[in-house]
Amino acid sequence: MAATAQMTLEEIRSGLGWRKQLDKLFVIAGLSIVLACLGVLAILFLDLVRDGSARFGWDFFTSFPSRKAERAGILSAAVGTTMIMFVTALAALPVGVAAAIYLEEYAPKNWLTGIIEINVTNLAGVPSIVYGLLALGLFVYQFGFGQSVLSAGLTLALLILPIIIVATRESLRSVPKAIREAAYGLGATRWEVSRDHVLPYSTGGILTGLILGLSRAIGETAPLITIGALSFIAFLPPSPVSAEFPFLNFQWLRSEYTAMPIQMFNWVSRPDQAFQANAAAAGAILLGMTLAMNGLAIWIRYRFRKRINW
Amino acid sequence: MSMDVSTPTHAVSDKRQAAAMQGDSRIQPAGTPSVSIAIDERKTVAANTPKASSQGLNFWYGSNHALKGIDLAIPENQVTALIGPSGCGKSTFLRCFNRMHDLQPETRYQGAILLRPDDVNLVSREVDPIEVRMRIGMVFQKPNPFPKSVFENVAYGLRLRGVRNRLNLAERVEKALRDAAIWDEVKDRLEDSALALSGGQMQRLCIARALATQPELLLFDEPTSALDPIATAKIEELISELRQRVTILIVTHNMQQAARVSDFTAFMYLGELVEVDATSRIFTNPSRKATEDYITGRYG
Amino acid sequence: MTEATSLRARDGFALLRYRKSRDRMVELLLLAAGLVAVFTTIAIVCVLVYESSFFFRHVSIVDFLTDTMWTPLFADARYGIMPLVSGTLTTTMVALLVAIPVGTIIAIYLSEFATHRLRETVKPVLELLGAVPTVVYGYFALLMVTPLLQKLIPGLPGFNMLSAGLVIGLMIVPYIATVSEDAMRAVPRYMREGSYAMGATRLQTALRIVVPGAFSGIAAAYILGISRAVGETMVVAIAAGMQPQLTFDPTEPAATITAYIVQVSLGDLPHDSIGYQSIFAAGLVLMLITLVFNVIGFFLTRRFREAY
Repeated sequence: MAATAQMTLEEIRSGLGWRKQLDKLFVIAGLSIVLACLGVLAILFLDLVRDGSARFGWDFFTSFPSRKAERAGILSAAVGTTMIMFVTALAALPVGVAAAIYLEEYAPKNWLTGIIEINVTNLAGVPSIVYGLLALGLFVYQFGFGQSVLSAGLTLALLILPIIIVATRESLRSVPKAIREAAYGLGATRWEVSRDHVLPYSTGGILTGLILGLSRAIGETAPLITIGALSFIAFLPPSPVSAEFPFLNFQWLRSEYTAMPIQMFNWVSRPDQAFQANAAAAGAILLGMTLAMNGLAIWIRYRFRKRINW
Repeated sequence: MSMDVSTPTHAVSDKRQAAAMQGDSRIQPAGTPSVSIAIDERKTVAANTPKASSQGLNFWYGSNHALKGIDLAIPENQVTALIGPSGCGKSTFLRCFNRMHDLQPETRYQGAILLRPDDVNLVSREVDPIEVRMRIGMVFQKPNPFPKSVFENVAYGLRLRGVRNRLNLAERVEKALRDAAIWDEVKDRLEDSALALSGGQMQRLCIARALATQPELLLFDEPTSALDPIATAKIEELISELRQRVTILIVTHNMQQAARVSDFTAFMYLGELVEVDATSRIFTNPSRKATEDYITGRYG
Repeated sequence: MTEATSLRARDGFALLRYRKSRDRMVELLLLAAGLVAVFTTIAIVCVLVYESSFFFRHVSIVDFLTDTMWTPLFADARYGIMPLVSGTLTTTMVALLVAIPVGTIIAIYLSEFATHRLRETVKPVLELLGAVPTVVYGYFALLMVTPLLQKLIPGLPGFNMLSAGLVIGLMIVPYIATVSEDAMRAVPRYMREGSYAMGATRLQTALRIVVPGAFSGIAAAYILGISRAVGETMVVAIAAGMQPQLTFDPTEPAATITAYIVQVSLGDLPHDSIGYQSIFAAGLVLMLITLVFNVIGFFLTRRFREAY
């Protein structure tokens, strides 16, 4: 293309021709790749359901693991997961929300704040098994919590802490500055502004963060293995409620346990093909729960965004 | 303020003629209000007791020296307006009165703003900004009611001060809403969301909210710039009335508004106080050229 | 309202002292919560270093880094970390060969070509892909991908790094795609418009203007993706086998650093045995590798943010 000569319309059209083809090709390629990825997700889910369908049933949910594949169930794993999630949520939510409030409303722009923020970002990128090693050294041995529900819950709480902090900060930020100014103008202290005006309107985002965090925690296997989750637990941790005073006890926290992803891992690792159906069933349940929780989080985010039009 | 209309108007038009003949356009301001203003020679800033006075106030945003040595007395129970081109520091100065700048990092005050009668220095490091804000109220540029009910909006300041008794709250909320000339419009809607009100109503609600806590000084930061003319007029009327109850300091970029509403006007430019005088005098006979240039529209 | 009122007589001032002290207490509590993140990092470093120190009393660092066999559980134990590193490296490379092209194409497509509606529907679903539990991906790799690959590559062993790597790649595609897409969207409109105004197609604009413009953000996405792949545990533990071998051939089984830690944890080694402590040494190496990548990613992200 000479720098001085102007192109005729035909020259332009023919040159443009193949460029437009390439453009169209890319659209097709891009779209197909996206659909392929989504397709894989669908195939994965359906395959799990199909392979595990033989095992779905009331006894799958109510049996303990067993050496015989047909009799093995996820009761202890399901209960273990529920208890662990409870501890995780209880530990991670207050700390995460509090840290987020500090960073958004209180923190001055100094080196300490910078260090906290860098650490939050860094922790989000630490491999989950390293959290397991930390918990092993710290919770299991140093603090002496042992291989218990408590250790597992605290480990996963640390793991999802960055998720909760980031989600909470985002929703705190979405409260307009003008509202804070109005509250300060009336003589409110920082905590009063946060408590009366910022937090109440951030609950949607915080809830979203919690659900996303828990959906991540529910599928985490590596840290639990490291701190010694056993997979052949044919008993349930002691129940927190009992018929006699004081009605509530904490023994279950110290108990050994297993969890759903551990159970699935155990079944998948067995050479015996019969257990694969069990693994598939457990996987289908796990995946189903993860997708449901993520979907719930997305829905909540959507609903809360529409609620208040500032 | 005596409204002796006849003589001053003639005096003004005589001056105008004289000026026109000399080719001096000094008293033909493009921006003067069309309403004639009587010049009351007795009205000066010095003649009134100040509610607050700024003495040698300097203010820095980081390394930016935003306010330079401002000495200004705010007369009690009068409306004082701050005018000046964008960036002159009028909002910055206003926000010193209730320490709003303390919410940003790297801000520094020097000098004093004394609040009578106890002569507290509002900008002193030893005085807690929260205490300052409990005595001084503010109405912001864009109406910012809380996303709560009308009642709760007005009650919030009272709750902060520990007023719990439901009856007491209801009485004081009603009084504030009446003082803000909005009671009739919302008395049946007290539990409805404040965000359902119109812009002008929201702003009057914000005024009620500020009044509920009985502030000693009420700051208005361009309160009508986001409102339509009818709402603006209502609020200007309200401000005029409110002066009997509370001292008012208002920032406005609209000179006509300053002329309509205020008793005294201070003109600021590039962080300095150029001139302050009775409104009537400053718009018809400013003593500084810079003021006159601004008023005549030479620059905005 | 203009009656002279002394400071103390107004309502609310007695309460003020209580409110202020409460505010200060709350601030300290919140700061403590923020410091939890700092303490966690410090604790990780302390635990890894402390426990590894026992290990390094028995094994010299030189041996650790250069020996080509990792057989801590044998009678004649060897402690070279190279086999584990080679396993990690190979699976990561395979993963990147999938994730980088696929993720980037998706990012370009979503950012430059897709309609707003399409983008808003696809992005959450893509997020879901990244939210699948890794143990489920492990199942997928072992029981669906490997048989498939065995049809294409006869003689492929049941445990191999190829399946594991491909699935890890799939797993990090959403991450690379979303981070890159965010970076591309941040490129200002006027830069694209300059290109379109000269008659360029969307693809040309994307490749010549947007991608270079978003480069540090995209690089950050890749680097952070690498970090995720390196730290991945369950997929390799399930599908790549747990036999440490010094090999870069993806069709072989091998153990990664992460899989090794899992293997030992599943066993019954007593806490003070050297075999057990080796997992902390391995963890330390893992931590250092991911730290390097995270730090690079962090600086790239910051540089990108400053540019726009």
